[in-house]
Amino acid sequence: MKFMLMMNAPKGDGDWGISKWSQEDLKAHISFMKTFTGGLAARGELVGAEGLATPGQAKLVRASKDRRPITDGVFPESKEFLAGYWIVDVDSPERAYQIAAEASAAPGKGGEPLYMPIEVREVMSAPPVEV
Amino acid sequence: MTRASTGFAHENLLRELAPQVLGAVTRRFGDFGAAEDAVQEALLAASLQWPKEGLPDNPRGWLIQVAARRMTDHIRSETARRRRETVAATDASMERSVAPVVGLPSLAAFAWSSGAPSVTETDPDDTLILLFMCCHPALTSSSAIALTLRAIGGLTTAEIARAFLVPESTMAQRISRAKQSIKVSGVPFSMPTREERTDRLAAVLHVLYLIFNEGYTSSFGARLQRAELSSEAIRLARALLKLLPNESEVAGLLALMLLTDARRPARTGPDGELIPLDKQDRTLWDEGAITEGVALISATLSKGMIGPYQLQAAIAAVHDEAKQSEDTDWPQILALYGLLKRMSDNPMVALNHAIAVGMVHGPRAGLDLLKTLDADDRLAGHYRIAAVRAHLLEMAGDHQAAIEHYRVAADRTTSIPERDYLLTQAARLAAGRSG
Repeated sequence: MKFMLMMNAPKGDGDWGISKWSQEDLKAHISFMKTFTGGLAARGELVGAEGLATPGQAKLVRASKDRRPITDGVFPESKEFLAGYWIVDVDSPERAYQIAAEASAAPGKGGEPLYMPIEVREVMSAPPVEV
Repeated sequence: MTRASTGFAHENLLRELAPQVLGAVTRRFGDFGAAEDAVQEALLAASLQWPKEGLPDNPRGWLIQVAARRMTDHIRSETARRRRETVAATDASMERSVAPVVGLPSLAAFAWSSGAPSVTETDPDDTLILLFMCCHPALTSSSAIALTLRAIGGLTTAEIARAFLVPESTMAQRISRAKQSIKVSGVPFSMPTREERTDRLAAVLHVLYLIFNEGYTSSFGARLQRAELSSEAIRLARALLKLLPNESEVAGLLALMLLTDARRPARTGPDGELIPLDKQDRTLWDEGAITEGVALISATLSKGMIGPYQLQAAIAAVHDEAKQSEDTDWPQILALYGLLKRMSDNPMVALNHAIAVGMVHGPRAGLDLLKTLDADDRLAGHYRIAAVRAHLLEMAGDHQAAIEHYRVAADRTTSIPERDYLLTQAARLAAGRSG
């Protein structure tokens, strides 16, 4: 079964929480993410993963009546934003939750776990084989 | 198709022969798109048969024959299909008078393909013509890159897809659409005219440089495959220089790639973090590549006819020749950027020029120059101008402003390693330390 694990990062006090961390904390966080994603790949569970550019560059797009794009300059205000996602292929939802919990506890300021909310959604699949 | 992934021993030979075979088959049958598919099938057949049956006496002739057989099969089935369609649409009594279908390759090709097995001559110009074709300005750069890697590089669609991190079906579609655009644009299978040649060669060099850069700016998880893209770009540039030994910009591009790629082992740390030029462990640099690149660019520059790739290679050579970052000959780099700026309207060149000015005449002079670039729309909101400003501000001792600009740059970049690097710079200054 495939699941998408969406990492919702806190915006923090400024525009972006992570930009105020110390060098050590940054290093620990980066190293964690590399090891974590590398581990998923090594266990054959990783389907894909992407990090998203900051919400400051995001645009909301709707079609106008003549189908041309209308873009809104700014992302709506929210405390959290989608920072990236993993798609994993695992045997059970429980395994997906386990992986999500591991990501959630990524180290943040002072090496403390971030406890980031990770939204876990199953990816829809083809109909089952008829027997 | 996973031809190369098995570590097949004849891989290099196959990749080298691929464009020659494709040239011969396209020349004979005229239909580039179908010929390209036929050659891919022939390469696949070779990778399955040669390891078992041994290398044929004439590998190129073998490949041409197999590809030609595929082509005749293709033409026969196309002809049959069209005839069925024509028959269905016309009176049955007309059947015998159906003329050979217009637009299909000449049936004379059949005679050739079933004829003497010694039809193996290839024209050395074929590879060049193919390169011009695959990098035709009618194609988007992503299509040109994909088509070049398959038709000239002899890579499979699966390999190209892996390197660009897209599904194989997406890449297959991109390649087939690229071939369709070439067909529609009616590009003949011949050398560009004298008037077109300069622009067309520039397009080829640009595509090769894009392939190189795709591999050089590696991102997490994709590092290995993407490094192979750089090696592939270098291999193609080498082949091109062999065909055009007197084109100084081809030599310049190859030298630039070698001199840049030489620093790859020192460019990232254990966690994939970026290490800037002045902090790299220079003992890790590839000396062989540097020696070759320096010799090539020195020989080329002495011939005259200087172009942008040669200048960039010369700048890379100055960096590579400094044993320590403090030894860097910045006045020479500044002079080279001055020349380059006159030749190219690229705002990134102007940015690098500002850094060189900062290194030679002090950071304030560099910052003054940056102010003149703020008005350039192409740089507005680009992370690079914020990053350069941060760097110069730090050199000038204005750490608070430097931190702010590092953060702005981190916020704008779309590269994770770059973002992490910029954040680390801001954090380092915020902690009140240097180094």
